[in-house]
Amino acid sequence: MIDVIQKTIMEITEKNVEHIASLSKIKSDQNSNKAFTDQLKKILKYIEKLNELDTDQIEPTQHVLSLQNVFKEDLIQNIFSKENSFENAPRYDKGHYQVPKIIE
Amino acid sequence: MEPYQLSIHELHDLLRKGEVTSVEVTKSFIHRVKTIDKRINSYISLTEDMALEQAYEADKKFKKGGILSPLLGIPLSIKDLICIKGAKTTCASKILQNFVATYNATVINKLRDNGAVFLGKTNLDEFAMGSSNENSFFGPTRNPWNLDYVPGGSSGGSAATVAADLCMGSLGSDTGGSIRQPANFCGVVGLKPTYGRVSRFGLVAFASSLDQIGTITKDVKDSAILMNVIAGKDPFDSTSADIPVPDFTKSLVNNIKGMKIGIPKEYFVEGMDHDVEKCLKEAVKVFRRLGAEFTDISLSHADYAVATYYILASAEASSNLARYDGVKYGLRSKSSEDLLEMYSNTRKEGFGNEVKRRIMLGTYVLSAGYYDAYYLKAQKVRTLIKKDFEDAFKKCDIIIAPTTPYPAFKLGEMIDDPLQMYLSDIFTISVNLAGIPSISIPCGFSNKTLPIGMQIMARHFKEETIYQAAFSYQQNTEHHFKKPRV
Repeated sequence: MIDVIQKTIMEITEKNVEHIASLSKIKSDQNSNKAFTDQLKKILKYIEKLNELDTDQIEPTQHVLSLQNVFKEDLIQNIFSKENSFENAPRYDKGHYQVPKIIE
Repeated sequence: MEPYQLSIHELHDLLRKGEVTSVEVTKSFIHRVKTIDKRINSYISLTEDMALEQAYEADKKFKKGGILSPLLGIPLSIKDLICIKGAKTTCASKILQNFVATYNATVINKLRDNGAVFLGKTNLDEFAMGSSNENSFFGPTRNPWNLDYVPGGSSGGSAATVAADLCMGSLGSDTGGSIRQPANFCGVVGLKPTYGRVSRFGLVAFASSLDQIGTITKDVKDSAILMNVIAGKDPFDSTSADIPVPDFTKSLVNNIKGMKIGIPKEYFVEGMDHDVEKCLKEAVKVFRRLGAEFTDISLSHADYAVATYYILASAEASSNLARYDGVKYGLRSKSSEDLLEMYSNTRKEGFGNEVKRRIMLGTYVLSAGYYDAYYLKAQKVRTLIKKDFEDAFKKCDIIIAPTTPYPAFKLGEMIDDPLQMYLSDIFTISVNLAGIPSISIPCGFSNKTLPIGMQIMARHFKEETIYQAAFSYQQNTEHHFKKPRV
Protein backbone atom coordinates (compact mmCIF):
# COMPACT_ATOMS: atom_id res chain seq x y z
CA MET A 1 0.00 0.00 0.00
CA ILE A 2 2.79 2.41 0.95
CA ASP A 3 4.39 1.73 -2.42
CA VAL A 4 1.18 2.63 -4.18
CA ILE A 5 0.94 5.94 -2.41
CA GLN A 6 4.56 6.87 -2.93
CA LYS A 7 4.08 6.21 -6.60
CA THR A 8 1.03 8.45 -6.70
CA ILE A 9 2.82 11.31 -4.99
CA MET A 10 5.45 11.27 -7.65
CA GLU A 11 2.66 11.38 -10.16
CA ILE A 12 1.36 14.73 -8.96
CA THR A 13 2.69 16.83 -11.79
CA GLU A 14 1.26 19.90 -13.43
CA LYS A 15 0.13 17.71 -16.29
CA ASN A 16 -1.76 15.42 -13.94
CA VAL A 17 -3.29 18.33 -12.08
CA GLU A 18 -4.57 19.49 -15.44
CA HIS A 19 -6.16 16.06 -15.88
CA ILE A 20 -7.72 16.16 -12.40
CA ALA A 21 -9.08 19.62 -13.18
CA SER A 22 -10.64 18.32 -16.36
CA LEU A 23 -12.23 15.40 -14.47
CA SER A 24 -13.55 18.01 -12.03
CA LYS A 25 -14.91 20.07 -14.94
CA ILE A 26 -12.86 23.07 -13.91
CA LYS A 27 -11.04 24.77 -16.77
CA SER A 28 -7.41 25.04 -15.76
CA ASP A 29 -4.84 27.66 -16.52
CA GLN A 30 -1.09 27.38 -16.19
CA ASN A 31 -0.65 29.88 -13.37
CA SER A 32 -3.13 28.35 -10.96
CA ASN A 33 -2.08 24.83 -11.97
CA LYS A 34 1.40 25.41 -10.70
CA ALA A 35 0.17 26.58 -7.30
CA PHE A 36 -2.38 23.75 -7.08
CA THR A 37 0.33 21.21 -7.92
CA ASP A 38 2.58 22.35 -5.08
CA GLN A 39 -0.28 22.54 -2.61
CA LEU A 40 -1.84 19.19 -3.52
CA LYS A 41 1.59 17.55 -3.30
CA LYS A 42 2.03 18.89 0.21
CA ILE A 43 -1.48 17.87 1.30
CA LEU A 44 -1.15 14.35 -0.15
CA LYS A 45 2.23 13.97 1.49
CA TYR A 46 0.62 14.80 4.82
CA ILE A 47 -2.26 12.40 4.18
CA GLU A 48 0.30 9.65 3.71
CA LYS A 49 0.57 9.46 7.50
CA LEU A 50 -2.57 7.27 7.54
CA ASN A 51 -0.35 4.45 6.29
CA GLU A 52 1.30 4.27 9.68
CA LEU A 53 -1.90 2.48 10.76
CA ASP A 54 -2.65 -1.14 10.01
CA THR A 55 -6.32 -1.17 9.06
CA ASP A 56 -6.56 -4.56 7.34
CA GLN A 57 -9.02 -5.90 9.92
CA ILE A 58 -10.99 -2.69 10.39
CA GLU A 59 -14.44 -2.14 8.90
CA PRO A 60 -14.96 1.18 7.14
CA THR A 61 -17.43 3.74 8.57
CA GLN A 62 -19.71 5.28 5.98
CA HIS A 63 -22.11 6.77 8.43
CA VAL A 64 -21.76 7.39 12.18
CA LEU A 65 -25.27 6.42 13.22
CA SER A 66 -25.41 3.12 11.32
CA LEU A 67 -28.83 3.98 9.93
CA GLN A 68 -30.98 1.43 8.17
CA ASN A 69 -32.88 2.30 5.02
CA VAL A 70 -35.43 5.00 5.71
CA PHE A 71 -38.72 4.65 3.91
CA LYS A 72 -41.72 6.90 3.67
CA GLU A 73 -45.18 6.67 2.17
CA ASP A 74 -45.18 7.16 -1.58
CA LEU A 75 -47.45 10.17 -1.56
CA ILE A 76 -47.41 13.10 -3.94
CA GLN A 77 -46.63 16.34 -2.11
CA ASN A 78 -46.63 19.57 -4.05
CA ILE A 79 -43.72 21.31 -2.36
CA PHE A 80 -42.10 22.77 -5.42
CA SER A 81 -43.85 24.06 -8.50
CA LYS A 82 -42.37 23.90 -11.97
CA GLU A 83 -42.17 27.70 -11.95
CA ASN A 84 -40.04 27.53 -8.77
CA SER A 85 -37.47 25.46 -10.61
CA PHE A 86 -36.91 28.17 -13.21
CA GLU A 87 -36.67 31.14 -10.84
CA ASN A 88 -32.89 30.93 -10.72
CA ALA A 89 -32.27 29.47 -14.19
CA PRO A 90 -29.73 31.31 -16.35
CA ARG A 91 -31.79 30.51 -19.48
CA TYR A 92 -35.05 28.67 -20.00
CA ASP A 93 -37.87 28.54 -22.49
CA LYS A 94 -41.24 26.80 -22.68
CA GLY A 95 -40.68 24.72 -19.55
CA HIS A 96 -37.12 23.64 -20.46
CA TYR A 97 -33.63 24.72 -19.42
CA GLN A 98 -31.62 26.03 -22.33
CA VAL A 99 -27.94 25.16 -22.73
CA PRO A 100 -25.32 25.65 -25.43
CA LYS A 101 -25.15 22.99 -28.13
CA ILE A 102 -24.11 19.51 -27.05
CA ILE A 103 -23.22 17.91 -30.42
CA GLU A 104 -21.99 19.31 -33.69
CA MET B 1 -27.36 48.01 29.23
CA GLU B 2 -29.02 48.32 25.83
CA PRO B 3 -31.53 45.63 24.81
CA TYR B 4 -29.28 44.49 21.94
CA GLN B 5 -26.57 43.62 24.47
CA LEU B 6 -28.80 41.20 26.35
CA SER B 7 -29.10 37.44 25.97
CA ILE B 8 -32.16 35.93 24.29
CA HIS B 9 -33.72 34.94 27.61
CA GLU B 10 -33.16 38.39 29.10
CA LEU B 11 -34.65 40.15 26.08
CA HIS B 12 -37.61 37.79 26.15
CA ASP B 13 -38.43 38.98 29.68
CA LEU B 14 -38.35 42.63 28.56
CA LEU B 15 -40.50 41.90 25.50
CA ARG B 16 -42.99 40.03 27.62
CA LYS B 17 -43.21 42.86 30.14
CA GLY B 18 -43.72 45.32 27.29
CA GLU B 19 -40.65 47.34 28.30
CA VAL B 20 -39.38 47.18 24.75
CA THR B 21 -40.91 46.05 21.44
CA SER B 22 -39.47 43.66 18.90
CA VAL B 23 -39.72 46.39 16.25
CA GLU B 24 -37.58 48.71 18.39
CA VAL B 25 -34.93 46.05 19.01
CA THR B 26 -34.97 44.96 15.37
CA LYS B 27 -34.49 48.56 14.23
CA SER B 28 -31.62 49.00 16.68
CA PHE B 29 -29.88 45.96 15.18
CA ILE B 30 -30.42 47.17 11.62
CA HIS B 31 -28.99 50.54 12.59
CA ARG B 32 -25.99 48.89 14.25
CA VAL B 33 -25.31 46.68 11.25
CA LYS B 34 -25.47 49.66 8.90
CA THR B 35 -23.03 51.69 10.99
CA ILE B 36 -20.67 49.14 12.56
CA ASP B 37 -20.58 46.26 10.13
CA LYS B 38 -18.67 48.15 7.44
CA ARG B 39 -15.59 47.39 9.51
CA ILE B 40 -16.43 43.82 10.51
CA ASN B 41 -18.18 42.60 7.33
CA SER B 42 -20.11 39.93 9.20
CA TYR B 43 -23.28 40.16 7.11
CA ILE B 44 -23.52 39.37 3.39
CA SER B 45 -27.09 40.64 3.17
CA LEU B 46 -29.69 42.22 5.42
CA THR B 47 -33.30 41.04 5.15
CA GLU B 48 -34.61 44.31 6.53
CA ASP B 49 -38.18 44.23 5.20
CA MET B 50 -38.70 40.63 6.26
CA ALA B 51 -37.27 41.36 9.71
CA LEU B 52 -39.47 44.39 10.36
CA GLU B 53 -42.57 42.55 9.19
CA GLN B 54 -41.76 39.60 11.48
CA ALA B 55 -41.04 41.96 14.39
CA TYR B 56 -44.33 43.75 13.84
CA GLU B 57 -46.20 40.43 13.87
CA ALA B 58 -44.36 39.39 17.02
CA ASP B 59 -45.34 42.59 18.83
CA LYS B 60 -48.97 41.95 17.96
CA LYS B 61 -48.70 38.52 19.58
CA PHE B 62 -47.08 39.95 22.70
CA LYS B 63 -49.98 42.39 23.04
CA LYS B 64 -52.43 39.53 22.71
CA GLY B 65 -50.66 37.45 25.37
CA GLY B 66 -51.15 33.71 25.92
CA ILE B 67 -48.44 31.11 25.42
CA LEU B 68 -45.43 32.91 23.94
CA SER B 69 -42.38 31.19 22.48
CA PRO B 70 -39.06 32.24 24.04
CA LEU B 71 -37.99 33.09 20.49
CA LEU B 72 -40.96 35.33 19.68
CA GLY B 73 -39.67 38.63 18.32
CA ILE B 74 -36.01 37.66 18.81
CA PRO B 75 -33.76 38.94 15.98
CA LEU B 76 -31.37 36.28 14.70
CA SER B 77 -28.73 36.08 12.00
CA ILE B 78 -28.46 33.03 9.74
CA LYS B 79 -25.33 31.66 8.06
CA ASP B 80 -25.65 32.29 4.34
CA LEU B 81 -25.58 28.57 3.62
CA ILE B 82 -29.07 27.99 5.06
CA CYS B 83 -32.04 28.73 2.80
CA ILE B 84 -34.60 31.38 3.68
CA LYS B 85 -37.32 31.55 1.02
CA GLY B 86 -37.14 34.77 -0.96
CA ALA B 87 -33.71 35.72 0.42
CA LYS B 88 -30.37 35.44 -1.32
CA THR B 89 -28.41 32.35 -0.33
CA THR B 90 -24.93 32.86 -1.73
CA CYS B 91 -22.75 30.44 0.27
CA ALA B 92 -20.24 33.32 -0.04
CA SER B 93 -19.58 32.10 -3.59
CA LYS B 94 -19.56 33.96 -6.86
CA ILE B 95 -21.32 30.98 -8.40
CA LEU B 96 -24.43 31.63 -6.21
CA GLN B 97 -24.02 35.40 -5.99
CA ASN B 98 -27.58 36.01 -7.22
CA PHE B 99 -29.25 32.80 -6.07
CA VAL B 100 -32.56 33.38 -4.28
CA ALA B 101 -33.80 30.42 -2.22
CA THR B 102 -37.18 29.10 -3.34
CA TYR B 103 -37.93 27.26 -0.11
CA ASN B 104 -37.17 27.42 3.61
CA ALA B 105 -34.76 25.12 5.37
CA THR B 106 -36.56 23.05 8.02
CA VAL B 107 -34.74 24.94 10.79
CA ILE B 108 -35.99 28.22 9.28
CA ASN B 109 -39.58 26.97 9.21
CA LYS B 110 -39.26 25.95 12.84
CA LEU B 111 -37.83 29.31 13.88
CA ARG B 112 -40.54 31.12 11.87
CA ASP B 113 -43.26 29.08 13.55
CA ASN B 114 -41.84 30.30 16.85
CA GLY B 115 -41.96 33.92 15.74
CA ALA B 116 -38.21 34.56 15.42
CA VAL B 117 -37.01 37.54 13.36
CA PHE B 118 -34.43 37.07 10.58
CA LEU B 119 -32.09 40.05 10.34
CA GLY B 120 -29.93 38.76 7.52
CA LYS B 121 -27.44 36.26 6.18
CA THR B 122 -23.94 36.04 7.58
CA ASN B 123 -20.58 35.79 5.89
CA LEU B 124 -18.65 32.50 5.72
CA ASP B 125 -15.83 30.76 3.94
CA GLU B 126 -17.10 29.87 0.48
CA PHE B 127 -19.32 26.76 0.79
CA ALA B 128 -18.12 26.50 4.42
CA MET B 129 -14.61 25.50 3.29
CA GLY B 130 -12.13 27.29 5.48
CA SER B 131 -11.10 28.20 9.00
CA SER B 132 -10.68 31.98 8.76
CA ASN B 133 -13.53 33.47 6.70
CA GLU B 134 -10.92 34.70 4.26
CA ASN B 135 -12.31 32.43 1.50
CA SER B 136 -15.41 34.57 1.00
CA PHE B 137 -16.28 36.09 -2.37
CA PHE B 138 -17.66 39.04 -0.37
CA GLY B 139 -14.40 39.75 1.43
CA PRO B 140 -13.16 38.53 4.80
CA THR B 141 -14.99 39.04 8.08
CA ARG B 142 -12.91 40.59 10.85
CA ASN B 143 -12.74 39.59 14.47
CA PRO B 144 -14.72 42.09 16.62
CA TRP B 145 -12.09 41.74 19.38
CA ASN B 146 -9.34 42.97 17.08
CA LEU B 147 -9.97 43.86 13.45
CA ASP B 148 -6.51 42.67 12.38
CA TYR B 149 -7.44 39.12 13.36
CA VAL B 150 -9.68 36.52 11.72
CA PRO B 151 -12.99 35.56 13.34
CA GLY B 152 -12.40 31.90 12.48
CA GLY B 153 -14.44 29.89 10.05
CA SER B 154 -16.39 28.82 8.41
CA SER B 155 -19.25 30.32 10.48
CA GLY B 156 -17.04 33.36 11.18
CA GLY B 157 -19.73 35.83 10.17
CA SER B 158 -22.25 34.24 12.52
CA ALA B 159 -19.80 34.24 15.45
CA ALA B 160 -18.84 37.88 14.76
CA THR B 161 -22.50 39.00 14.64
CA VAL B 162 -23.09 37.43 18.06
CA ALA B 163 -19.86 38.79 19.59
CA ALA B 164 -20.44 42.32 18.28
CA ASP B 165 -24.11 42.42 19.36
CA LEU B 166 -25.29 42.59 15.77
CA CYS B 167 -27.96 39.95 16.50
CA MET B 168 -29.31 38.03 19.50
CA GLY B 169 -28.06 34.64 18.30
CA SER B 170 -27.21 32.82 15.10
CA LEU B 171 -27.39 29.52 13.28
CA GLY B 172 -24.22 28.13 11.77
CA SER B 173 -23.07 24.80 10.40
CA ASP B 174 -20.19 22.62 11.56
CA THR B 175 -18.48 20.10 9.27
CA GLY B 176 -15.01 20.03 10.86
CA GLY B 177 -15.26 22.70 13.56
CA SER B 178 -17.01 25.48 11.67
CA ILE B 179 -19.23 26.48 14.61
CA ARG B 180 -16.90 25.79 17.54
CA GLN B 181 -13.70 27.28 16.14
CA PRO B 182 -15.18 30.71 15.27
CA ALA B 183 -17.21 30.73 18.51
CA ASN B 184 -13.90 30.17 20.27
CA PHE B 185 -12.08 32.91 18.31
CA CYS B 186 -14.91 35.40 18.96
CA GLY B 187 -15.57 34.59 22.64
CA VAL B 188 -19.11 33.22 22.26
CA VAL B 189 -20.89 29.89 22.72
CA GLY B 190 -21.04 27.46 19.77
CA LEU B 191 -22.79 24.10 19.83
CA LYS B 192 -22.35 21.36 17.25
CA PRO B 193 -25.17 18.92 18.02
CA THR B 194 -24.98 15.17 17.44
CA TYR B 195 -25.02 14.26 13.74
CA GLY B 196 -28.69 13.73 12.92
CA ARG B 197 -30.05 15.77 15.84
CA VAL B 198 -30.97 18.73 13.61
CA SER B 199 -32.41 18.45 10.10
CA ARG B 200 -30.05 19.42 7.29
CA PHE B 201 -32.87 20.03 4.82
CA GLY B 202 -32.20 23.43 3.26
CA LEU B 203 -28.58 23.52 4.41
CA VAL B 204 -26.44 23.69 1.27
CA ALA B 205 -24.47 20.44 1.30
CA PHE B 206 -20.69 20.39 1.73
CA ALA B 207 -19.82 16.98 3.23
CA SER B 208 -23.07 15.21 3.96
CA SER B 209 -21.78 12.60 6.41
CA LEU B 210 -20.25 15.37 8.58
CA ASP B 211 -22.39 18.53 8.16
CA GLN B 212 -24.57 19.57 11.08
CA ILE B 213 -26.50 22.77 11.83
CA GLY B 214 -25.97 24.25 15.28
CA THR B 215 -26.23 27.37 17.41
CA ILE B 216 -23.97 30.34 18.12
CA THR B 217 -25.13 32.34 21.14
CA LYS B 218 -24.08 34.70 23.90
CA ASP B 219 -24.57 32.11 26.62
CA VAL B 220 -25.36 28.43 27.19
CA LYS B 221 -29.00 28.99 28.11
CA ASP B 222 -29.66 30.70 24.76
CA SER B 223 -28.19 27.70 22.98
CA ALA B 224 -30.59 25.35 24.80
CA ILE B 225 -33.54 27.64 23.94
CA LEU B 226 -32.66 27.54 20.24
CA MET B 227 -32.01 23.80 20.27
CA ASN B 228 -35.44 23.16 21.78
CA VAL B 229 -36.86 24.63 18.59
CA ILE B 230 -34.55 23.38 15.83
CA ALA B 231 -33.86 19.78 16.96
CA GLY B 232 -35.86 16.74 15.89
CA LYS B 233 -36.71 14.24 13.18
CA ASP B 234 -37.61 15.71 9.79
CA PRO B 235 -39.21 13.67 7.00
CA PHE B 236 -37.28 15.82 4.50
CA ASP B 237 -33.90 14.69 5.90
CA SER B 238 -33.74 10.91 6.06
CA THR B 239 -30.50 11.12 8.08
CA SER B 240 -32.17 13.10 10.86
CA ALA B 241 -32.53 10.89 13.91
CA ASP B 242 -35.86 9.55 15.09
CA ILE B 243 -35.00 10.08 18.73
CA PRO B 244 -37.16 12.06 21.18
CA VAL B 245 -35.98 15.62 21.79
CA PRO B 246 -35.81 16.49 25.49
CA ASP B 247 -36.47 19.96 26.91
CA PHE B 248 -32.84 21.06 26.88
CA THR B 249 -33.51 23.94 29.27
CA LYS B 250 -34.24 21.33 31.97
CA SER B 251 -30.53 20.42 31.87
CA LEU B 252 -29.55 23.94 32.86
CA VAL B 253 -28.83 23.14 36.50
CA ASN B 254 -25.90 24.46 38.45
CA ASN B 255 -24.70 21.09 39.71
CA ILE B 256 -22.05 18.75 38.36
CA LYS B 257 -21.18 16.98 41.58
CA GLY B 258 -19.82 13.54 40.76
CA MET B 259 -19.76 14.13 37.00
CA LYS B 260 -16.82 12.27 35.47
CA ILE B 261 -14.66 14.40 33.18
CA GLY B 262 -12.13 12.88 30.83
CA ILE B 263 -8.96 14.74 29.89
CA PRO B 264 -7.45 13.44 26.63
CA LYS B 265 -3.67 13.41 26.91
CA GLU B 266 -3.30 13.82 23.15
CA TYR B 267 -4.91 17.30 23.35
CA PHE B 268 -2.56 18.59 26.03
CA VAL B 269 0.86 18.30 24.48
CA GLU B 270 4.19 19.86 25.15
CA GLY B 271 4.66 23.09 23.28
CA MET B 272 0.97 23.95 23.26
CA ASP B 273 0.07 27.63 23.38
CA HIS B 274 0.81 28.96 26.85
CA ASP B 275 -2.37 31.03 27.17
CA VAL B 276 -4.57 28.16 25.99
CA GLU B 277 -2.92 25.82 28.48
CA LYS B 278 -3.34 28.31 31.32
CA CYS B 279 -7.05 28.90 30.57
CA LEU B 280 -7.80 25.18 30.31
CA LYS B 281 -6.04 24.49 33.60
CA GLU B 282 -8.11 27.22 35.25
CA ALA B 283 -11.27 25.69 33.83
CA VAL B 284 -10.30 22.29 35.21
CA LYS B 285 -9.89 23.92 38.63
CA VAL B 286 -13.42 25.39 38.40
CA PHE B 287 -14.92 22.00 37.56
CA ARG B 288 -12.95 20.33 40.34
CA ARG B 289 -14.17 22.91 42.84
CA LEU B 290 -17.74 22.16 41.72
CA GLY B 291 -17.28 18.51 42.61
CA ALA B 292 -16.47 16.92 39.26
CA GLU B 293 -14.15 13.91 39.14
CA PHE B 294 -11.32 13.77 36.65
CA THR B 295 -9.90 10.86 34.76
CA ASP B 296 -7.17 10.63 32.15
CA ILE B 297 -8.29 9.23 28.83
CA SER B 298 -6.62 8.55 25.51
CA LEU B 299 -7.86 9.38 22.04
CA SER B 300 -4.93 7.65 20.48
CA HIS B 301 -5.87 8.28 16.83
CA ALA B 302 -6.38 12.02 17.31
CA ASP B 303 -3.29 12.74 15.28
CA TYR B 304 -4.83 11.09 12.20
CA ALA B 305 -8.07 13.08 12.23
CA VAL B 306 -7.02 15.92 9.94
CA ALA B 307 -5.73 13.59 7.22
CA THR B 308 -8.86 11.42 7.47
CA TYR B 309 -11.12 14.44 7.35
CA TYR B 310 -9.53 16.02 4.29
CA ILE B 311 -9.94 12.82 2.31
CA LEU B 312 -13.56 12.21 3.31
CA ALA B 313 -14.78 15.81 3.32
CA SER B 314 -13.13 16.62 0.00
CA ALA B 315 -14.47 13.44 -1.60
CA GLU B 316 -18.00 14.25 -0.48
CA ALA B 317 -17.59 17.87 -1.54
CA SER B 318 -16.41 16.94 -5.02
CA SER B 319 -19.63 15.00 -5.44
CA ASN B 320 -21.97 17.53 -3.76
CA LEU B 321 -20.59 20.48 -5.69
CA ALA B 322 -20.99 18.77 -9.05
CA ARG B 323 -24.45 20.37 -9.15
CA TYR B 324 -22.97 23.82 -9.83
CA ASP B 325 -22.68 23.56 -13.57
CA GLY B 326 -24.45 26.66 -14.85
CA VAL B 327 -27.53 24.80 -16.10
CA LYS B 328 -30.36 25.09 -13.60
CA TYR B 329 -29.27 27.92 -11.30
CA GLY B 330 -26.36 30.12 -10.37
CA LEU B 331 -23.68 31.65 -12.54
CA ARG B 332 -23.32 30.64 -16.20
CA SER B 333 -20.18 31.57 -18.06
CA LYS B 334 -20.97 33.69 -21.07
CA SER B 335 -17.99 32.73 -23.17
CA SER B 336 -18.69 29.13 -24.13
CA GLU B 337 -19.10 27.45 -27.49
CA ASP B 338 -20.57 24.20 -26.29
CA LEU B 339 -21.99 22.50 -23.21
CA LEU B 340 -18.79 20.95 -21.86
CA GLU B 341 -16.96 24.24 -22.20
CA MET B 342 -19.84 25.98 -20.46
CA TYR B 343 -19.51 23.61 -17.47
CA SER B 344 -15.77 24.06 -17.07
CA ASN B 345 -15.75 27.81 -17.71
CA THR B 346 -18.61 28.34 -15.26
CA ARG B 347 -16.85 26.39 -12.53
CA LYS B 348 -13.54 28.11 -13.20
CA GLU B 349 -15.14 31.56 -13.00
CA GLY B 350 -17.55 30.74 -10.19
CA PHE B 351 -15.47 28.90 -7.58
CA GLY B 352 -12.69 30.35 -5.44
CA ASN B 353 -9.32 28.66 -5.05
CA GLU B 354 -10.01 26.76 -1.82
CA VAL B 355 -13.20 25.24 -3.25
CA LYS B 356 -11.36 24.28 -6.45
CA ARG B 357 -8.55 22.74 -4.42
CA ARG B 358 -10.94 20.59 -2.41
CA ILE B 359 -13.00 19.51 -5.42
CA MET B 360 -9.78 18.48 -7.14
CA LEU B 361 -8.46 16.69 -4.05
CA GLY B 362 -11.80 14.90 -3.71
CA THR B 363 -11.87 13.97 -7.38
CA TYR B 364 -8.34 12.63 -7.11
CA VAL B 365 -8.89 10.45 -4.03
CA LEU B 366 -12.03 8.97 -5.58
CA SER B 367 -10.54 8.33 -9.00
CA ALA B 368 -9.90 4.87 -10.34
CA GLY B 369 -6.87 3.20 -8.80
CA TYR B 370 -6.65 5.46 -5.76
CA TYR B 371 -10.02 4.81 -4.13
CA ASP B 372 -8.76 2.02 -1.83
CA ALA B 373 -5.55 3.80 -0.94
CA TYR B 374 -7.25 7.00 0.11
CA TYR B 375 -11.02 6.91 0.50
CA LEU B 376 -11.44 3.39 1.88
CA LYS B 377 -8.39 3.83 4.09
CA ALA B 378 -9.84 7.04 5.54
CA GLN B 379 -13.19 5.37 6.19
CA LYS B 380 -11.36 2.69 8.17
CA VAL B 381 -9.40 5.21 10.21
CA ARG B 382 -12.72 6.96 10.87
CA THR B 383 -13.83 3.72 12.55
CA LEU B 384 -10.75 3.84 14.79
CA ILE B 385 -11.36 7.49 15.73
CA LYS B 386 -14.99 6.73 16.54
CA LYS B 387 -13.94 3.76 18.66
CA ASP B 388 -11.51 5.94 20.64
CA PHE B 389 -14.47 8.02 21.79
CA GLU B 390 -16.61 4.96 22.55
CA ASP B 391 -13.84 3.60 24.76
CA ALA B 392 -13.24 6.96 26.41
CA PHE B 393 -16.92 7.42 27.26
CA LYS B 394 -16.87 4.13 29.15
CA LYS B 395 -14.74 5.98 31.69
CA CYS B 396 -16.28 9.47 31.70
CA ASP B 397 -19.46 11.49 31.07
CA ILE B 398 -17.86 14.38 29.22
CA ILE B 399 -14.49 15.18 27.68
CA ILE B 400 -12.86 18.58 28.07
CA ALA B 401 -10.28 19.86 25.60
CA PRO B 402 -9.10 23.08 23.97
CA THR B 403 -11.20 24.12 20.96
CA THR B 404 -8.14 25.20 18.98
CA PRO B 405 -4.38 24.97 19.55
CA TYR B 406 -4.11 28.80 19.71
CA PRO B 407 -6.32 31.91 19.79
CA ALA B 408 -7.33 33.81 16.62
CA PHE B 409 -4.55 34.40 14.10
CA LYS B 410 -3.97 37.44 11.90
CA LEU B 411 -5.61 37.98 8.53
CA GLY B 412 -3.33 36.75 5.78
CA GLU B 413 -1.17 34.75 8.18
CA MET B 414 -2.06 31.31 6.76
CA ILE B 415 -3.89 32.01 3.53
CA ASP B 416 -1.04 30.82 1.30
CA ASP B 417 -0.47 27.60 3.21
CA PRO B 418 -3.65 25.48 3.03
CA LEU B 419 -2.14 22.59 4.99
CA GLN B 420 -1.22 24.86 7.91
CA MET B 421 -4.77 26.22 7.86
CA TYR B 422 -6.20 22.68 7.87
CA LEU B 423 -4.09 21.79 10.90
CA SER B 424 -5.66 24.62 12.90
CA ASP B 425 -8.77 22.40 13.10
CA ILE B 426 -6.90 19.56 14.75
CA PHE B 427 -8.97 19.60 17.98
CA THR B 428 -12.42 19.96 16.42
CA ILE B 429 -12.36 17.54 13.50
CA SER B 430 -12.48 14.22 15.42
CA VAL B 431 -15.86 15.18 16.85
CA ASN B 432 -17.39 15.40 13.36
CA LEU B 433 -15.79 12.13 12.28
CA ALA B 434 -17.32 10.43 15.35
CA GLY B 435 -20.62 12.31 15.02
CA ILE B 436 -20.77 13.25 18.72
CA PRO B 437 -21.98 16.61 20.11
CA SER B 438 -19.58 19.26 21.36
CA ILE B 439 -19.83 22.83 22.60
CA SER B 440 -17.21 25.57 22.71
CA ILE B 441 -17.56 28.08 25.54
CA PRO B 442 -15.32 31.00 26.52
CA CYS B 443 -12.85 30.21 29.30
CA GLY B 444 -10.43 33.14 29.30
CA PHE B 445 -8.28 35.49 27.24
CA SER B 446 -4.82 35.53 25.75
CA ASN B 447 -2.26 38.15 26.69
CA LYS B 448 -3.35 39.95 23.51
CA THR B 449 -6.92 40.01 24.91
CA LEU B 450 -8.19 37.55 22.34
CA PRO B 451 -10.80 35.07 23.57
CA ILE B 452 -9.93 31.47 24.37
CA GLY B 453 -12.48 28.70 24.53
CA MET B 454 -12.79 25.10 25.63
CA GLN B 455 -14.72 22.22 24.20
CA ILE B 456 -17.06 19.98 26.14
CA MET B 457 -17.92 16.75 24.29
CA ALA B 458 -20.37 14.01 25.17
CA ARG B 459 -21.78 10.74 23.83
CA HIS B 460 -24.18 10.65 20.87
CA PHE B 461 -27.42 12.50 21.72
CA LYS B 462 -26.16 13.57 25.16
CA GLU B 463 -26.38 17.31 24.55
CA GLU B 464 -28.09 17.46 27.94
CA THR B 465 -24.89 16.43 29.74
CA ILE B 466 -22.98 19.09 27.80
CA TYR B 467 -25.53 21.74 28.76
CA GLN B 468 -25.40 20.75 32.41
CA ALA B 469 -21.61 21.06 32.55
CA ALA B 470 -21.41 24.21 30.41
CA PHE B 471 -24.22 25.94 32.29
CA SER B 472 -22.64 25.10 35.66
CA TYR B 473 -19.35 26.52 34.43
CA GLN B 474 -20.98 29.77 33.26
CA GLN B 475 -22.87 30.12 36.55
CA ASN B 476 -19.51 30.16 38.31
CA THR B 477 -17.41 32.21 35.89
CA GLU B 478 -17.73 35.54 34.09
CA HIS B 479 -15.78 35.13 30.83
CA HIS B 480 -18.98 35.01 28.77
CA PHE B 481 -20.07 38.46 29.99
CA LYS B 482 -17.05 40.19 28.45
CA LYS B 483 -17.73 42.00 25.20
CA PRO B 484 -15.45 43.51 22.57
CA ARG B 485 -15.44 47.28 22.06
CA VAL B 486 -16.76 47.84 18.53
